[in-house]
Amino acid sequence: MTRITKEIYQSLGLSDLLYQRILEILNRQPTLTELAMLSVEWSEHCGYLCSRKWLRLLPREGRFKTLIGEDSGGIIVDGWAIIFKMESHNHPSQVEPKQGAATGIGGIIRDIFTAGARPIALLDSLRFGNLDDPYNRYLLKGVIEGIQGYGNCVGVPTVGGEIYFEEAYTGNCLVNVMCIGIAKRDELKRARASGIGNAIIYAGASTGRDGIGGCSVLASAEFAEGEEKRPTVQIGDPFMEKCLIEATLEAIATGFVVGIKDMGAAGLTCSTSEMASSGGVGITIDLKYVPRREEDMQPWELMMSESQERMILCVKKGRERDICNIYSRWGLNAVVIGHVCPDKTVKVKHNGKIVANIPASALTNPPVFDMPYREPDYIKEIKKLNLSVLPLPTDYNSTLLRILASPAIANKHWVYEQYDHMVQVNTVVRPGLGAAVLRIKDSKRAIAATTDCNSRYCFINPYRGAQIAVAEAARNLICVGAQPAAITDCLNFGNPQKPDRFWYFKSCLEGIAEACRFLGLSVVSGNVSFYNENPNGAIYPTPTIGMVGVIDDVKMINTQSFKKDGELIIILGNSREELGGSEYLKVIHRMVCGEIPDLDLSLEMRTQEAVLNMIREGLISSAHDCSEGGLAVTLAECCVSQEEFMLGAEIDRLPCICRPDALLFGESQSRFVISASEEYFARIKQIAKENNVPLYLIGRTTKVRKLKILNYIDLPLEEIYKSWYNSFVNYLR
Amino acid sequence: MLKVEIYITLKKTVVDPQGLVIKHALESLGFANIEQVRCGKIIILHLSLRSKVKAVQQVERMCKRLLANPIIENYRFKIKK
Amino acid sequence: MRFGVVVFPGSNCDQDCFWVVNRVLKQSVRYIWHQEADIRGLDCIIIPGGFSYGDYLRPGAIARFSRVMKSIVKFAKRGGLVIGICNGFQILLEVDLLPGAMLPNKNLHFICRDTYLRVENNQTPFTHLSSAGQILKMPIAHHEGNFYITIDGLKRLQDNRQIVLRYCDAYGKVDSEANPNGAIDNIAGIVSEKGNIFGLMPHPERSSEDILGSDDGLLIFQSIKQWAKTR
Repeated sequence: MTRITKEIYQSLGLSDLLYQRILEILNRQPTLTELAMLSVEWSEHCGYLCSRKWLRLLPREGRFKTLIGEDSGGIIVDGWAIIFKMESHNHPSQVEPKQGAATGIGGIIRDIFTAGARPIALLDSLRFGNLDDPYNRYLLKGVIEGIQGYGNCVGVPTVGGEIYFEEAYTGNCLVNVMCIGIAKRDELKRARASGIGNAIIYAGASTGRDGIGGCSVLASAEFAEGEEKRPTVQIGDPFMEKCLIEATLEAIATGFVVGIKDMGAAGLTCSTSEMASSGGVGITIDLKYVPRREEDMQPWELMMSESQERMILCVKKGRERDICNIYSRWGLNAVVIGHVCPDKTVKVKHNGKIVANIPASALTNPPVFDMPYREPDYIKEIKKLNLSVLPLPTDYNSTLLRILASPAIANKHWVYEQYDHMVQVNTVVRPGLGAAVLRIKDSKRAIAATTDCNSRYCFINPYRGAQIAVAEAARNLICVGAQPAAITDCLNFGNPQKPDRFWYFKSCLEGIAEACRFLGLSVVSGNVSFYNENPNGAIYPTPTIGMVGVIDDVKMINTQSFKKDGELIIILGNSREELGGSEYLKVIHRMVCGEIPDLDLSLEMRTQEAVLNMIREGLISSAHDCSEGGLAVTLAECCVSQEEFMLGAEIDRLPCICRPDALLFGESQSRFVISASEEYFARIKQIAKENNVPLYLIGRTTKVRKLKILNYIDLPLEEIYKSWYNSFVNYLR
Repeated sequence: MLKVEIYITLKKTVVDPQGLVIKHALESLGFANIEQVRCGKIIILHLSLRSKVKAVQQVERMCKRLLANPIIENYRFKIKK
Repeated sequence: MRFGVVVFPGSNCDQDCFWVVNRVLKQSVRYIWHQEADIRGLDCIIIPGGFSYGDYLRPGAIARFSRVMKSIVKFAKRGGLVIGICNGFQILLEVDLLPGAMLPNKNLHFICRDTYLRVENNQTPFTHLSSAGQILKMPIAHHEGNFYITIDGLKRLQDNRQIVLRYCDAYGKVDSEANPNGAIDNIAGIVSEKGNIFGLMPHPERSSEDILGSDDGLLIFQSIKQWAKTR
């Protein structure tokens, strides 16, 4: 037996402390295979050692009945379960953008259909460094190619997402992918093994050496040079995945599948130990049955391999053939590799010998660390913003056009038209018009989904920034007429060993928890990605929020574009002199500073309820939330986002006595711009009053193809459209 | 064992958008004198055959039936021991 | 009448076609697994979109050799109605039921968006309920939809009135600006010489319900249903 040296365990990413714990638990020296298994399960990526303590803050209950499974979670709507999760694939994408993003999509889809739900939508939240750096352009194009190549082929529509650019992401891009699935409530499956003697079946692709150690090495080490790490990148095969989806849903429908889990990070190790541990049983497997693609694979390689498109099923004894036949009809491997046993350990056989024998709970319950945290000193400095020395724009028209053309705000049709966003014939509101809306077939209801996070806000004020991410995601859903229901969170931060980074993590988490509790949202699933650093420091703290909402009647939905000329334009909520952290400051003044806008959660909730009621009563023609770029950008988007039917707007009064740039481009929260026919105005006012929401009539939509805002803005819609619609592709050349 | 390398390219009369993009990209990197770029694919087969003659016949049939689309593509191949 | 929807490994619009025929058109429909040879009792075969066999090698190249295609070729040669949508069109080209071939889109990207189509021939089983020159709004979603055919072949298509749909703008103008993928002569859909085999890149099944933005595609399915009734 190989003697385990400090070098060996350290090269697997285990600290002295963790190795001591392993010795205590096993009461002996681990085998190499055991050590490898423990090192991946106890990595931050799989084991959440640093974050687990704080994740407990997140509410697991909300306005809708919530289900939380092993790998995903969801809500119950009538007899349906809507299951969703968001996950990061940052480091693999930084190394090899196309395959990194593609396997990210593959992994998140598997998390959904292993719960027994058919995947019905994908969203992706992407962040890159500035596009004037050719490597960042390469990353962006590669990631999009990966998402479209995989997502389009598997036949799951990519219906939404977001893309932002900040220097802090140079050297460490973020690829956060979300999948939503639907199932009849009683068809759901858990990732649990049970029933002594039941079979453990391996299904899907063969095992190769791809991604060995990928999950602990790629996800837990800070980045210096990406290129040398290329060999550990996994390759995805969307065709195999499509067959795997169909075969697995068919297998689950037989009723013979007791539990099921995909092999993602840490492959066989993770799937067997977590299935055993959550089922309170043991699992014995024999590696000789594992289908493999390469010769002479060591047991630890087989246990750690991250080859894609593989699953583990626990199947009723005697029904193995029924299940294997389904997979083989789809041209996929399916073999019995072991069985459930009573002794609560994971046993691995290789060449007739037991090479690992570990209590399942030891694998899945790594130590929890209480990480020190400290607010960094520079926070006070970046919150400073002296408006009295900030010059006002000389030309508001060109200022608006510049903001509309900035990569964060400009329309992303160049991206979303490369994604099949219509397959499965459920997409009622497509990308570019607000949150995605998907009908539920055979039901009056629909669901809406969005992702959101303003990481610049989180950098300046993590607690409030995270609250705003939740509030804004909810606002996006409200605008299409959906009741926000629950979230999944993908928490991207720097090195947790550094107290300033950890302070960001802790503060964001507290912000999310508070906002969710206040707004009645449960957190059904999520993912933590630490060590997002480059040689210049950490990324902006980025707690990406994926939110799902419920629409009672799919006919009563709404979009952001103005619909009819001569209608009233109304703003709900308060506009204040708030320019801190704004897109305007960044794009026009090249400044990232100032306290971010205030957020009053009570006003937020009341305003959201008011708008939702107006949509449900059919009172308003359009609704758009005011976010990055402020009121002027919101109005511009309302005018031009329906390409074939643009309408002008004339704004002749505005409810704020402050600097005109703050009036036009300030990002005060909890605001909606709505348009409505005059006949409904009385009722709209009444609803606003009942909810104690400030309401201001600011102008009208016009047939004249112009946007006019007081004496500041006077622009033909064609010019607005050109800047907003055509700019993005120019950054990519 | 024979090793076969099959080259499949677009016919001269067919526009090759991928080739054009590669040409532009090379030019923008400063490579001059590029007359034309055509892009295709290589398929490598290992045959458990000894006779080159038989191999040629078999590979011809493979190309015609499956590997190349005769409307838009040409093929040629090399057989090595 | 009875429809059949072919399922290859990698098909991903099979369930959408099934849904539209069954729930919107309200006709009888069944799936046909790619290994089935027996397709008796069916009046119209739909070869749906997707990535059959991963689109590896060339879209449609491998599907062409599947068992079901042998039966479909016989069925089509006897005059049975066959409609190939997107990947289905690519398969019909590979199996030589329709002339021509597909190249990658001229911008080399996958394109998913609405297009406008002008009905160039409304005397086919698939379009007879539309008026001549009618403009239909239907989405496309493909990477290889750049239809190619030799000049002689194109002339034959034109002379025989086999071109059924061409890409146009919202007002019916057919020009290069309205051509999303570079297809020769803006061709979006063609029929066989006898008119019983139809291949098109746009997705009628994605535009058969108002709630999804257009129900113009339903016209294609209704035409088929009506045609079968009168035979």
